[in-house]
Amino acid sequence: MPEPSRPDTPFEAQGAAVAEAVSSTPDPGKARSLSSDAWHDLRRNPIFVISALLILFLVVISIWPSLIATRDPLYCQLGRSLDGPAPGHWFGFDTQGCDVYTRTVYGARASIAVGVCATLGVALVGAVVGGLAGFFGGFWDALLSRTTDVFFAIPLVLGAIVFLSMIKLTGIWPVVLVIAALGWPQIARITRGAVITAKQNDYVQAARALGAGNSRLLLRHILPNAVAPVIVMATIMLGTFIALEATLSFLGVGLRPPTVSWGVDISAASDGMQFRNAPHILLYPAAALSLCVLAFIMMGDAVRDALDPKLR
Amino acid sequence: MSDDRLLEVRDLKVEFHTRDGVVKALNGVSYGVDAGETLAVLGESGSGKSVTAQAIMGILDMPPGRIAGGEILFQGQDLLTLGREERRRIRGPRMAMIFQDALSSLNPVLSVGWQLGEMFRVHRGASRQEAKARAVELMERVRIPAARQRVNDYPHEFSGGMRQRIMIAMALALEPDLIIADEPTTALDVTVQAQVMELLADLQREYRMGLILITHDLGVVADVADRIAVMYAGRIVENAPVKELYATPAHPYTQGLLDSIPRLDQKGSELYAIRGLPPNLLRIPDGCPFHPRCPRVRDVCRTELPPLYAVSPEVTTDPGAEADAAGADAAGSDAVGSDAVGPDAVSPDAAPLAGADVTEVPAVGERSSACHFWKETLDDVHRHSS
Repeated sequence: MPEPSRPDTPFEAQGAAVAEAVSSTPDPGKARSLSSDAWHDLRRNPIFVISALLILFLVVISIWPSLIATRDPLYCQLGRSLDGPAPGHWFGFDTQGCDVYTRTVYGARASIAVGVCATLGVALVGAVVGGLAGFFGGFWDALLSRTTDVFFAIPLVLGAIVFLSMIKLTGIWPVVLVIAALGWPQIARITRGAVITAKQNDYVQAARALGAGNSRLLLRHILPNAVAPVIVMATIMLGTFIALEATLSFLGVGLRPPTVSWGVDISAASDGMQFRNAPHILLYPAAALSLCVLAFIMMGDAVRDALDPKLR
Repeated sequence: MSDDRLLEVRDLKVEFHTRDGVVKALNGVSYGVDAGETLAVLGESGSGKSVTAQAIMGILDMPPGRIAGGEILFQGQDLLTLGREERRRIRGPRMAMIFQDALSSLNPVLSVGWQLGEMFRVHRGASRQEAKARAVELMERVRIPAARQRVNDYPHEFSGGMRQRIMIAMALALEPDLIIADEPTTALDVTVQAQVMELLADLQREYRMGLILITHDLGVVADVADRIAVMYAGRIVENAPVKELYATPAHPYTQGLLDSIPRLDQKGSELYAIRGLPPNLLRIPDGCPFHPRCPRVRDVCRTELPPLYAVSPEVTTDPGAEADAAGADAAGSDAVGSDAVGPDAVSPDAAPLAGADVTEVPAVGERSSACHFWKETLDDVHRHSS
């Protein structure tokens, strides 16, 4: 233990030497934070590995669908309408004579884009509202929480149908916006609870006692300790939002042709007559949708197990 | 002395508004700390020690809590008149606080180096690299072995004692003028307690900081404190230099606290405890709040709230009292018996509320006691020791 040679300015005296020493000895990184601990657990969890690989695959093909599907999803031959699987067309043809395999691959893009964008929007709105309500408490909490309750009371599907049938825009953005505008209350509630719990920790009081301002307290000391349940909820919600997009498209108010999406294809294939004659045109996009939703929900479960120390 | 006065709390009143009513946590607390001085604040749980500290630091949770009166003078400036941002800027560079539970006072998701360096980044605008270098220095100052290798470790990788030392390092980082340590050793095991206390005292002496040491551990206090303020039910009941307080407590509550320290040389005898419980702060008893538990309670204690009397040292050499004591000894009465009758045994001419010397309000740093019968209490102690 080095005793200070000059007690009046001991910190100044050792400063330069120590700075040098630190920069010359890079830390090997043996320390394990919560996130590295969680990663350690996740790598060993088969459910996580399977769902992560599946999601990775879906994301890659939604960005570069031509990697595994060389045809044009909008190139259709009416003459082959409802034909079964044929060489080069493993999934057969739909009503319009388009290749079901190609459309299923291209459909991932819209579905995942809607899911990811809606989840980001929901997480952003929910985290801001819930974080502010939990952190400031009192009047702001009452105001924001009651607003959350109002939105919570609107059924997601019903609200989305009403809004989407009123506006005439098409494409994925109206769907994303509607889901983001109606889906955030759940995230807000979870964030609020997590922030209130984190706020009572001694280290938040300690940081305050050492002069940390509100924004630093909230962003550096509270949010990192409150984010785990939000991540878990958001991952699970991502799956449900993809299903929601399909539901809305099926009902004819979400995405519309010519946009290619699983929901649109399921909607087009859902005529009872066609299903009896050519079940493949419903089964393939529906299976892809189920697999995708399942992958995200499994991922959410695995992440929750890894991030929640109480379940260990 | 008053030029040196670092912090002076005057008649501070804090209440909490709860569903059950108004909890009067502080009912006029006054104490002061000089630069380089250690003031120990003693008292049972719920006596208001921590609330006073939080009010001084400005980290009281204000929706339930409310400062109902008083002033907090820090280097001559009343902190209660300052704005939120001004107070925040005082915390850290000019006053800092160490918390009871070091195990939970460090953020688990950030490395200790990051947290130590945060002090320099926030208050001094230091760069990341510079801040980390300073963090290593600080860790070395508080005797963390292999500090350089351990800056990037996370709090859970350190032992309890080391974490408390890191907390101390963090509070001392900017060399503040005042440190408030809220039971800094309670969560640590006994062997580490002494180390941590010693470190704190060393650093305090080195930087000539004022230290407010909140504790209920009388053993810790004797070694490091200069003065002691004893709190009961949100009020200071006795304020005295440490030696005088241990030798001649001038309040029955202080006496009870001192008597309840387990002693090795009296092994086998029953441990002393002050009977009863601290009062419910929703319904503080009339008169002296200690009267339901006081061994020397009299009628006046039940109705009249004792002010803080200045305790003058002459009283201890009061010839009447000494004669009285000598008489009691000469009569050969057994000491325990005379203790049990307590105040009634004291000659009636020492009536508490008479005389000009007791009505004057003592200065904040002066020795004082909030007991109507402080003279008798003192005399009693003298009789015991003689």
